[in-house]
Amino acid sequence: MGVEFIYPEFEVIRNDNRCIACRVCERQCANEVHFFNAERGVMMSDETKCVNCQRCVSLCPTRALKIVKSDCKLRENANWQDDTIKEIYKQANSGAVLLSSMGNPKPFPVYWDKILINASQVTNPSIDPLREPMETRVFLGKKPDKVKRDANGKLLCELPPQLELSLPVMFSAMSYGSISYNAHESLARAATELGIYYNTGEGGLHEDFYCYGKNTIVQVASGRFGVHKEYLEASAAVEIKMGQGAKPGIGGHLPGAKIVGDVSRTRMIPEGSDAISPAPHHDIYSIEDLRQLVFSLKEATEYKKPIIVKVAAVHNIAAIASGIARSGADIIAIDGFRGGTGAAPTRIRDNVGIPIELALAAVDQRLRDEGIRNNVSLVVGGSIRSASDVVKAIALGADACYIATAAVLALGCHLCRTCQSGKCNWGIATQRPDLVKRLNPDIGSERLVNLVKAWQHEIKELMGGMGINSIEALRGNRLMLRGIGLTEKELEILGILHAGE
Amino acid sequence: MKRVYVNEKWCLGCHLCEYNCAFANSGMQDMATALKGKPIYPRIHVEENDTISYAVSCRHCTDPICVKSCIAGALSQEDGVIRVDPEKCVGCLTCVLVCPYGALAPSESGVMQKCELCLQNSCGEPACVKGCPNRAIVYEER
Repeated sequence: MGVEFIYPEFEVIRNDNRCIACRVCERQCANEVHFFNAERGVMMSDETKCVNCQRCVSLCPTRALKIVKSDCKLRENANWQDDTIKEIYKQANSGAVLLSSMGNPKPFPVYWDKILINASQVTNPSIDPLREPMETRVFLGKKPDKVKRDANGKLLCELPPQLELSLPVMFSAMSYGSISYNAHESLARAATELGIYYNTGEGGLHEDFYCYGKNTIVQVASGRFGVHKEYLEASAAVEIKMGQGAKPGIGGHLPGAKIVGDVSRTRMIPEGSDAISPAPHHDIYSIEDLRQLVFSLKEATEYKKPIIVKVAAVHNIAAIASGIARSGADIIAIDGFRGGTGAAPTRIRDNVGIPIELALAAVDQRLRDEGIRNNVSLVVGGSIRSASDVVKAIALGADACYIATAAVLALGCHLCRTCQSGKCNWGIATQRPDLVKRLNPDIGSERLVNLVKAWQHEIKELMGGMGINSIEALRGNRLMLRGIGLTEKELEILGILHAGE
Repeated sequence: MKRVYVNEKWCLGCHLCEYNCAFANSGMQDMATALKGKPIYPRIHVEENDTISYAVSCRHCTDPICVKSCIAGALSQEDGVIRVDPEKCVGCLTCVLVCPYGALAPSESGVMQKCELCLQNSCGEPACVKGCPNRAIVYEER
């Protein structure tokens, strides 16, 4: 109270005519916002603890609840806005770095929303995906530059290892520890059913999930948590994580409180010890060093699995990608600055990195110019929000997209952005057993499958409209895109024309 | 025969099933009107302690001991569903005593009521199952 007091960000509005005091809200709130006043026989709430996760709103059987943003405001000031001032208060109270979760919420331009897709009219036929075959299958990995034959003229068909996807969408890395066992199980089961891949993140692979190995990408990050021979062997591909879009240039820190039981065993570190991923890989200071790790992993997996290198989209991403394409990696994953996270310093999340749209266009162009585009497949992530974002990404040159925020939304996440508290009311970003059980993987995997199948239908519709019946024919087909409200420079980097041209 | 089964693993102890049950059997259109400001008498009950919770309702046994023990002949079995006739029930609570699952509890008036799978009310399917947010209660053939 006093100088330290900050008025609650949200208000809980309870319609007393509807509230039947069933106390479901109270039982479901891990933040302990709601409580029953026995003397008055009514439900009450302590808004100071509310994070606006909407769990109570969703479960209230009489729709008696809503959460609204508080209108108790400081005096208006275009320069010193409410949030900015309150962050100052918080830091003056705590002396600490501000922490945030999920993706950058600031009003930076979203280039996907400034790009429009073409459709066929009169002079070229569009295709009805309900009547004609439509191919959304893609293969990720190094592709041959030319047709090769043996001495007798027979075709040489041996390809470097490839990942086969039923559509160009995969679930991107979220570690066991940052998300729950049930969230991992949902992702693993959905990926298996869909014929795509999910990614373990850097927390190792829980022993129960080895059975989903052929749809699993395992990650090797700077902390090397949970990396061992069986882990690599269980996977379909191995990803070296150099960076993450939400927090380029810094490492990770999973607090000791979350390193319990299975998480500790899976990460291969003692219970209660902090899991600290260093900012750099301490053995990688150059492309040559990266090449050593790429080939170490290839040796360990007998050259049977593609190696992915994941980097955050930063200023000189094109040059970095060019280096990675020459390092022996099969796939480059680029994560844009809007990518999500289970926890990141607020200043980093909101101010570091570049948009994935620009990074993708720059990288694809650079690799083409240098004649090494076939060396690698490109996977992009960092806020792919819909099927049209996927189609635009493919047309800009991506081979596939990584989705994670969209996936956790399907699992129930309401984007309250307080994963770092470990009290996720939806059972996703938590290790508390009573909260983890709120996510039933039967429901979770079903919802993920629904989401991705819906996107697949939409991708086919959009392709059909353009008169394209194979996703391969869309890749890098920037003529199918037009910019709207973009500057000459932005159009130049995106490599697209303006609408009307 | 389809029965209501509970899976303790996914029960959150939210007690929504109790309120959905009480509402479904209230005969009213609106939950707030039906349940606001009064004690509820659901036909399903959540049993819980700090670490475990699960819902308990009539198992609709194939060889129901409650039916056999009813002194008033109020309990009967129709197509596998065990039903109670409140007109005949004298409120002796013998069925409560003999039920091996502790699934039975009397109504507000003191005579027995029990889960009849929502087949007799306007819900038409078990309201506890329909409203369970985590599929901890299912209605299926096993």
